[in-house]
Amino acid sequence: MKIEKAILAVITLNESKISGGAPIFICDDQKELESVAANLEAITDGIAHALGEELFIIVKH
Amino acid sequence: MNEYILPIVFGVTIGTIARIMMLRTDYRQYPTYLHGKTIHLCLGFIAASLGAVAVPAIMEMEFTAVTILTVAATQFRDVRNMERNTLTEVDGFELVPRGKTYIEGIAISFESRNYLVIFTAFFATLVFIIWNIYYAIIAAVLSLFIGRFLMSGSTIKDIVDIEHHPLHFDGAGLYVDNIYIMNIGLPERQEEILKYGMGFVLTPKNMNVVSTIANLGQRQAILHDVSVSLGVFSDSGTPALTPLIKRDLDDGRIGVFVLPQVREVNKAIKIIGAVPVLENAIRMPSKSKKHNKEEF
Repeated sequence: MKIEKAILAVITLNESKISGGAPIFICDDQKELESVAANLEAITDGIAHALGEELFIIVKH
Repeated sequence: MNEYILPIVFGVTIGTIARIMMLRTDYRQYPTYLHGKTIHLCLGFIAASLGAVAVPAIMEMEFTAVTILTVAATQFRDVRNMERNTLTEVDGFELVPRGKTYIEGIAISFESRNYLVIFTAFFATLVFIIWNIYYAIIAAVLSLFIGRFLMSGSTIKDIVDIEHHPLHFDGAGLYVDNIYIMNIGLPERQEEILKYGMGFVLTPKNMNVVSTIANLGQRQAILHDVSVSLGVFSDSGTPALTPLIKRDLDDGRIGVFVLPQVREVNKAIKIIGAVPVLENAIRMPSKSKKHNKEEF
């Protein structure tokens, strides 16, 4: 089976809500969160999706 | 010089003219290059010759000569393959690809145009031999018109109503009207999209159209044509800036999200309207007997 979509990274402010497989980036504030997400988006050619205020994922489509 | 030379030359000429008429380079930019055109003109010439020569063969009771037309059919099926392969190869490097359905549609029309050329040449030669050149000219003009009519299909504006709707965000979700397009997380990306993006809603005019515009190939064709005509605000490595079309499952409307470089609403509506309806996307549920059977 060919995997077409994959979560490449998780970026969050709330450490308690996450665990598991994808690389996780924990940030201190919203500004850092957004800049990390923007950089990762550019680097991985993925899209930064927001699952909530504190939780972003980078998905390769 | 025998009696058939003139009719054959006439038929070949008319056939080749028919091919030239059908070979247009327009906004779809295909075939763009001179070599591509040369290939098609030569194949058109060959097709015309085949059509024209078939008539004297029949007149001379050489019926087996007509079997050469089957060779022609094989030959032109190869034309279709050739077009399909070329376009598929090139498609991978388009910012907004044409999509397989569109490519198939183009390839099919290249094949069928050669058959139209055979028909035109055959008809013109036949009339020339039976009557005279004056009738043949009339017949040629007639078949050129028939060819023109047969090669033109319907366009999107015939089957849907197109309306412009501004884009908006609900949280991270991008919407056109009430149709969800995608999730954009970064506020700066959202601003970019609101600034450069445009949204349109295509409302189907009847039930047949619902499945036609739901076809992924048809949707990709719309995106490709808009991006070709109006430019696209996107680059490799920016998947967030990808034009998309999503469907409203409730009523079959589709929401078109595009990022054109020329942001003129009326132009965009006209361009979406001019997108060809792909033959492979056409569905006719209304022709189904089960649908139309009256219930007692």
